[in-house]
Amino acid sequence: MRSIRVEKYSLATANCKRTTHYHQNRVINKGVVLMDQSVIISLKDIVVDFDDEAVLNGLSLDIHDEEFVTLLGPSGCGKTTTLRVIGGFLAPKGGQVFFDGKDITALPPYKRPVNTVFQKYALFPHLNVYENVAFGLRLKKVEEKLIREQVLEMLELVGLKGFERRGTEQLSGGQQQRVAIARALVNRPKVLLLDEPLGALDLKLRKEMQIELKRIQQSLEITFVYVTHDQEEALTMSDTVVVMNKGVIQQIGSPQDIYNEPMNAFVADFIGESNIFEGMMPKDFLVEFAGQPFTCVDSGFAPNELVQVVVRPEDVQVVPSVAGQLTGVVKTTVFKGVHWEMIVEQGGNEWIIQSTVASQPGELIGMNVEPDMIHIMHRSDEELAYAEFRPEDPEEEEAEDAG
Amino acid sequence: MRVKRKKGVAVPYLAWMIIFTALPLVLVIFFAFTNKDGGFTLDNLTGLGNYVSVFFLSLILAAIATVLCLVIAYPISFMLSRLRAGRQGILLMLVMLPMWMNFLLRTYAWMSLLEYNGLINRFLGIFGIGPFEMINTAGAVVLGMVYNYLPYMILPLYTAMVKISPSVIEAAEDLGAGFWSKLFRVILPLSKPGIQTGITMVFVPAISTFIISKMLSGGNIWLIGDLIESQFLGNAYNYNLGSAMSLVLMVVVLLIMSLTGGFDQEDIEGVI
Repeated sequence: MRSIRVEKYSLATANCKRTTHYHQNRVINKGVVLMDQSVIISLKDIVVDFDDEAVLNGLSLDIHDEEFVTLLGPSGCGKTTTLRVIGGFLAPKGGQVFFDGKDITALPPYKRPVNTVFQKYALFPHLNVYENVAFGLRLKKVEEKLIREQVLEMLELVGLKGFERRGTEQLSGGQQQRVAIARALVNRPKVLLLDEPLGALDLKLRKEMQIELKRIQQSLEITFVYVTHDQEEALTMSDTVVVMNKGVIQQIGSPQDIYNEPMNAFVADFIGESNIFEGMMPKDFLVEFAGQPFTCVDSGFAPNELVQVVVRPEDVQVVPSVAGQLTGVVKTTVFKGVHWEMIVEQGGNEWIIQSTVASQPGELIGMNVEPDMIHIMHRSDEELAYAEFRPEDPEEEEAEDAG
Repeated sequence: MRVKRKKGVAVPYLAWMIIFTALPLVLVIFFAFTNKDGGFTLDNLTGLGNYVSVFFLSLILAAIATVLCLVIAYPISFMLSRLRAGRQGILLMLVMLPMWMNFLLRTYAWMSLLEYNGLINRFLGIFGIGPFEMINTAGAVVLGMVYNYLPYMILPLYTAMVKISPSVIEAAEDLGAGFWSKLFRVILPLSKPGIQTGITMVFVPAISTFIISKMLSGGNIWLIGDLIESQFLGNAYNYNLGSAMSLVLMVVVLLIMSLTGGFDQEDIEGVI
C-alpha cells in the first residue's frame, strides 16, 4: 500500500514537470478514484470564504490510511481551515468531504469518526485528568469497567500514569498536551486531527513530543493529519507534507521531495533557506543564472525557456576567489552553531551561504555549485508572486483565526 | 498573623462595616427580642406564626420568578457570550438600558400595560380576544419581578459564560457530544458560578420586595416585604415585630443561599 503511494507521487511529480503546471493533487485524485483503496479522507473542490475573502479555493486532497500527513504553510494559508472542514466545525461553501468513500460533508462533528487535538488543548477545566480522557467513552455509554481499563491504558501510552486524579490546571503545558492526545485517542479514531499541538511548548519539549507523537502514530497504526507552520517539524514527522499558500496546495510530497525538488519558488522559499534566481535554459543540462552558465542535471525544458533556479545555502562551496565559478564579496558573517551563515554580494545578487569555515566580511571569495545541487523550476507569473511572499501578513492571520 | 501587620489599611473598611452593617444588625436583633418598653420578650418571634402563609407566598413567588429568570436568561446569556466582542458590548448595553430608568417608572409602565382597560387588553380587543384579568394577580407580581431582576441574572451568567472557551465546546462535540450532552456535561457545569450568583442576585431582592407587589397587585397580594414595611412606615407601626420578621427573613435567605452555594462566589463582586 505504501509503495503504491510513493510511486504515485513520483509519477505526479513527473507529470507536473512535463505539463509546466502543478495541479498535482488533481492528477492524484484521478488516479485514486480508479485504483487506490487506501484513501481514508478525500476532500473535493472545497471552497471556504470568510467575509467574501476566499480562504480555501477549490482545494482537493486525498489522505491515506495510516499516513502521517502534515498541512504546512504560513499563517492564513488555510491549513487550519482545512482541518476544521475535516473535523466538521466549518461547513464549506462548496465541495465535498469523503470518509472511507462516504460523503460526510453534512455530518456534524459529533457524528464524525475523527477526533481532534486542539491548538490550546481545550481540556475540560471542571474535570480531572481521568474524567477528561473518559469523556468520549461515557458519551458512548461504555461499561464503567471498560472505561477504566481504556483510560488507564491510554494514560500509560502518553506517559501520564498516576495523574488520574489531578486537576487540569495543575499540569504543565506538555502534560496538558498529553491529556488532550489521550482524550482523543481513547475513542479509537481512524484519523486524528492535530492543530498546531506543539505550538505552545518550548523547543526542547517540542522535539521530545515530535518523536513521541510519531511513536504513538506508528504504534496505533492510525492516520494523523497534522497542521503546523514549522517546516522543520513537518519534515521531521511526516510521511507526506502538503505545502499550502493562500488557500491553494502548492506541493504534495515526501519530506525529501519537498526539500530537494520544490515545485515553485514559494515552496523553495518556505521550506528551508534558499537562494532563488531568475534564469534561462538554453538547452538540456545547461542553465544560465547569476550571469554564468552552469552544467545541471535537469532536462525537458523548452529551448531558452525562462526558469527559476534554487540553490540551497549548504550546497554552495566556498573556494579561493581564483578557483570559483563565481566570485563575491562577503557582507555579513553570523555564527549559527553548526555552521557560519554568510551573506555574499555577487553581481547584484545576494547569496545566503552556510559553511563550516568562516570568511570575514569584506573578503573576496569564490563560489562553486555542483550540477546536482542546482534545482530548476518552471516559471509562471503566479509563481513569481509567491517569490515576493512574506510570512507575516496580519490580515490573513486574522482570517485564519476567525475560523 | 500577617494580616495584623497591615491592620491600619483596613480601618476605614472596618469602620464602615461596623456603622452600616454590624450596628444595624445588632439593632434589628435587639428590637426583635424586646417589646415597646425595652424589656426582653419572645412574643415578637412566636407571634410570627400568624404570618406563615405570607412567608410561604413570598418564597413561592420569588422562587418562581428566579426560575423564570434563569430559564429566560440562560439562552440569552449564552448567545451573548458567543458573539463577536464588539457586538457583545452593544447587546450588553441594551440589557442594562432599562436599569437606567427609574424602577418606579418602569413598574408604573407595567401597570398601565396590564390594566383592565390597559394597552394590552385594548390591543387584544381589536381581535376580539379578552379582556383578561392581568393586573392585581400573582402573575402580575411575578412578571414585575422577572422584568425588573432579569438583568441581574443575565450579567453574572454572561460573565461566567464568556470564560468558556469555544474550543472546549468544540472539543465536546468532537468527542461525540450532541446538544444535550454539550449542555449538561460541559456548559452547565462551567457556568455554575454564574448560575449561583444569578440566583442569589434575583432571589434575595425578589423575596423581600414590597414595591412590586404593592403596585402590581393593588394591595391584593401581601408579601413579607409589604408586611415589614407596614410595621415601620404603615399603620401597623410595630418595629419590634418588623425586626423579628426581618430577622427570620434573613435566616431563611441565608439557609436557602447556603443550599444553592450562592455565597461561595467571588464573582458577585466581579459583576457589580
